[in-house]
Amino acid sequence: MWKWLHSYADPQRAYRLSSTLLPWFSYLAFAFIAIGTVWGLLFAPSDYQQGDSYRIIFIHVPAASMSMTAYIAMASASFIGMVWQIKSADWVAASIAPVGAVMTFIALITGAAWGKPMWGTWWVWDARLTSELVLLFLYLGVISLYASFEDKVLAARAAGILAIVGVVNIPIIKYSVEWWSSLHQPSTIKIIEESTMSSDMLYPLLINIVGFGLLLGAITLLRFRTEILARNSMRSWVRELAQIEGAK
Amino acid sequence: MNSRRKKRLTLVVALIVGVTAVASLLLYALNSNMNLFFTPTEILQGKKDTGIKPDIGQRIRVGGMVTMGSMSRDPESLYVEFVIHDGSGGEIIVTYDDLLPDLFREGQGIVAQGILISPNRIEATEVLAKHDENYMPPEVAEAMGENYKKLDYSGEQLSQQ
Repeated sequence: MWKWLHSYADPQRAYRLSSTLLPWFSYLAFAFIAIGTVWGLLFAPSDYQQGDSYRIIFIHVPAASMSMTAYIAMASASFIGMVWQIKSADWVAASIAPVGAVMTFIALITGAAWGKPMWGTWWVWDARLTSELVLLFLYLGVISLYASFEDKVLAARAAGILAIVGVVNIPIIKYSVEWWSSLHQPSTIKIIEESTMSSDMLYPLLINIVGFGLLLGAITLLRFRTEILARNSMRSWVRELAQIEGAK
Repeated sequence: MNSRRKKRLTLVVALIVGVTAVASLLLYALNSNMNLFFTPTEILQGKKDTGIKPDIGQRIRVGGMVTMGSMSRDPESLYVEFVIHDGSGGEIIVTYDDLLPDLFREGQGIVAQGILISPNRIEATEVLAKHDENYMPPEVAEAMGENYKKLDYSGEQLSQQ
């Protein structure tokens, strides 16, 4: 099994696999986000206290949960790249970082836009908001470390160490609302118990979370393909590919 | 697994364990400072673990539930006065002279920032509404007996802003 998995570390095979997967991820992401967003914004009932303002949850929660998922994925890829010295894994980590940063940014912006009318402030330095901001800075750190070295093997090592160290922040974000008193509410979607949200609001939210996950995958695959081509531009198969594409 | 990989694995795992230990010790040490606000009981009796009580004249945040029926408003201005309480029975009077957020109502959790002017009275400069994790349509809320009343401001009160 490991041997079979290992064969995908080869750039050419990884490129071909991601090209096959890309359309699936893209179309499914589009379908899920379209259904979830239209259902959530137009058909889901309004909330008993917040009225229609709560609908930002259909963007905010998927973006926030994917910002953390993306970070774990990026750190795992860095970990594999560092221990087994698989370059493809380093390229995966480098491809995820900007997507995760954008997800974090969306979560922060939508949260602020909701916080102004509901809480009465754009921003408050409570544990949840601050740790999510730290997550954005971690992403920016990983991106800039990877970009600032000419030698990409060295760059991946430097960025990888930061990515792995930053994992500590993920449980802090997740449990900040339970460990400390904060202005941010505790999570609505619960895995073990019943969620504290009426089901006709919950389903579109879950659909959008899956959709954002697929979108994260699709953009990562797209960036991963570009990263493979950029790092292997001297290889013969890339040159052949370029000639075929150029002839079209 | 060859020995070089094993060495790298040990190094990376040691790094993760080390950083996690440092972070948890740091958070444990800072635990009481990580809280956004005092609860009313903590203002009256001091923090549970350290016994630290805020001084009069100090600028603090207090968080709790607005006591039902405690709110009184000046009909001429935006000035309001209400009591907030917590589960342990502490009560603090909050005064405020500005627009309250949309979610503010009696029975709702709030966080107020202001100056402690006497042991149980805070002159707030900012009142934030805290939202809970429950979401439901109005019909369901009605069936569950949750009352929902929004604050109304008269045109005159708003024009004073």
